[in-house]
Amino acid sequence: MQNPYLPYPVRIDDITVEAEDKSLKTFTFVFLNEGDEEKFAYQAGQFAELSIPGKGEIPIGIASSPVEKGFVKFTVNRAGVVTTHLHNMKVGDIMGLRGPLGNCYPWEALEGKNVLIVGGGFAFTTLRSSIVYMLDPANRPKFGNIDVVYGARSPGMLLYKNELVEWEKRDDINMHITVDATSDPDWKYNVGFVPPITEQKAPPGGDDTYAIVCGPPIMIKFTQPVLEKLGYAHDHIIMSLENRMKCGFGMCGRCGIGKELVCKDGPVFTLDQINKTPREY
Amino acid sequence: MTLVKIDKKNWAEGLKAAADAYRLYGPVKGKDYHQFKALEKGETPEFDMVNTRLSPKALLFPQSEEMLEYSLDESREDHHIMKAVARDNTPRAVIGIRPCDAKSTLLVKLNFDTPEVKDPYWLGAYQNTTFIGMACDAPLSTCFCTTAGCGPYHEEGLDMLVMDRGDAYLAKILTDKGKAFADAAGWKAAADDQAAFESGKAAAEARMVSSIKTDNLADTDLLELHGAPFWDDIAFACLNCGTCTFSCPTCWCFDIQDEVHGKAGVRMKNWDSCMFPIFTVHTTGHNPRDTKTQRVRQRFMHKLKYFVDKYEAGIMCVGCGRCVRQCPVNIDIRRVSELMNSFKPADACAVQG
Repeated sequence: MQNPYLPYPVRIDDITVEAEDKSLKTFTFVFLNEGDEEKFAYQAGQFAELSIPGKGEIPIGIASSPVEKGFVKFTVNRAGVVTTHLHNMKVGDIMGLRGPLGNCYPWEALEGKNVLIVGGGFAFTTLRSSIVYMLDPANRPKFGNIDVVYGARSPGMLLYKNELVEWEKRDDINMHITVDATSDPDWKYNVGFVPPITEQKAPPGGDDTYAIVCGPPIMIKFTQPVLEKLGYAHDHIIMSLENRMKCGFGMCGRCGIGKELVCKDGPVFTLDQINKTPREY
Repeated sequence: MTLVKIDKKNWAEGLKAAADAYRLYGPVKGKDYHQFKALEKGETPEFDMVNTRLSPKALLFPQSEEMLEYSLDESREDHHIMKAVARDNTPRAVIGIRPCDAKSTLLVKLNFDTPEVKDPYWLGAYQNTTFIGMACDAPLSTCFCTTAGCGPYHEEGLDMLVMDRGDAYLAKILTDKGKAFADAAGWKAAADDQAAFESGKAAAEARMVSSIKTDNLADTDLLELHGAPFWDDIAFACLNCGTCTFSCPTCWCFDIQDEVHGKAGVRMKNWDSCMFPIFTVHTTGHNPRDTKTQRVRQRFMHKLKYFVDKYEAGIMCVGCGRCVRQCPVNIDIRRVSELMNSFKPADACAVQG
C-alpha cells in the first residue's frame, strides 16, 4: 500500500530571491532518489506539500511546468512557521516533497480555446506553470490567443521578471503587465490595479474564451464583475482556491467548502461550481 | 452463517486460547468509566455497562499516532529523510464492540479507504482486526440507532455477533474472520437457536424510545439549509469544547504535527475538531469559519447533509447518543436534525417577505 503521508526526499538546488522586500523566494528542488521525479508527474495548476522534518508541511502551488524536466520549483511567501524556516534554509539542505496534489487547470477543455490569465501578487506561480506549458512548441498550436494580465504592488514585487520580459517580446502571447504604483520614470508598462487593466486590455468573453483568475481576495472580488461585463460566463471563469490544509488528499477534513474539499476536489474550480458551495474559504 | 453456543464458564478459557493468535481488546472499567483497551493476560472484557464513554474509534484511529520518523542529526547519512514507523501488524480482535460502533467503522472507512488514496495506518489496523460484537439488550433513552441506519442487533461491520442468554452466550458467525476467531477460541458447539436472535432483536428494538428524523435531508437544497435561520439558536449555548467530536465514533478529522526530542523527530496524526477555531484559520489570520455558529453549522451540515449528498449512505451518525449524553450544554443532534429535516426553504422566504 502506497503511503500518501510519506514525502519524497529532495535537495534544495537553488534559491532565488524574487521580491524586493525579500518576502518571496523561489526554491528549486531535485529529487534524491532515481524514479521519484517520474512518480511526481504533475500538470499545471496542481500543488504539493513542502515537508520540513521537525517543522511541518505547507501546501504550495507548483511554479515549475510539466514541460521543464530535472527539477521542480516553488515560490514561497514567508508567512508562518514552516515558510519562515524554509526561507532560512540553504542550497544543499534536505527536506521532503509530497504530491502532486489536487486537480489541475482543465487543460482538455481549454484545448482549441482562447485563454485569458489574470494574476495578482505572488499567486502567479501556477499561472507561470500554465504559461510555460502553453508556450511550449509542442503545445502552443493547441491554444488560440493567450492574454495575460499580471499585476503587483510595484515593479520590484513582480515575480519571474526575466521571463516576463521574454514573453513581452513574443508575438504569440499578449502580455499586460501592471503595477499599483511606481516612481520609476523608465517603467514602460501599465500602472493601475488589475481589475481596471483587465477591463481595458482583456479580450471579450464567449464560448471559445476562458479566464483563469488567481490572486488575493480583493483582486478577485473586483475582477469578477469586470469579467462578467466582458461577457465571461461563470463556467468560463476558472479559479484556484486556498484553505488551511494538512493531508492534502481529502482525509483530514478541514478544507471543506460544503461537500467539496479544496485539496482533493480542487483547488481549481469554475466560478459556477464555487457558486454552488457555501464559499467557506 | 453458523450459530455457536458458549457456556459462560468456558468464556474466559476461550478468550485465553484466542489470545495465542490475537491481541485482544475490550471494554474495561477504568477509574470512572468503561473504555476499550488492550486486555492483559487473563483479563476479560466487562459488560456491566451499555457502552463506553469514548467510542472505540481510537482502536483504528488513535488520538495520537506516530506515522513517520526521522533524524535531524547531520552526521547520519539519512538525516532529514522521513520513514514510516514500524507497526505491529499481527491480528487482533475487539471483543464486545456494540453494533452501533461497529457500523461506524464502515462510515469512517469511506473517508480513509478511497479508490484514489488509502490511509495505510487506518486501513492497516482495520484489516488486522476482527470485530466481535455484543448485542445491546438495554438501550439508553439517548440511543437512537434504529433510525440512524443501525440497531441493537445490527450486523454490518461485525465478524461475529454475540448475544447474552443468561448462563451462556449465543454467537452468530458472520464472516470468515469471525469463523477463524471462533476456531481459535475453540467455540464449536453448534446451536440451532436462530429464533433467540430474532426475539432478542425484536425485544431490544421495542425498548428503543428515541429516534432521529432524516427522511427529507437528501432532498433539501444544500445552500438553503446552510442559510437556514436556526443556526444561531442552535449554536447559542455551544462552548466549542469539542466533546461531541472527540466522543463521536464517526468523527474522523485530524491534524498532522511534528514533534522533536533532541535530534529524533516524529510526524504524528492527532484528533482534531471542527469546533476549534484554529482548525481552519489561515496563516494570514483570515478564518473561513470564524464564528461559533459557522463551526456548529459545519458539524451538523457535515453529518446530516454533506455526507448524505456525497456518499448516499445515510447520515454520518450511528445513533450511539454519546454527543447527546456528554454535551455540557445539552445540544442534541436529534433536535437539530428535526429542524433541518422539517426546514422548508419557502418558509424562510415568507419570513423575509
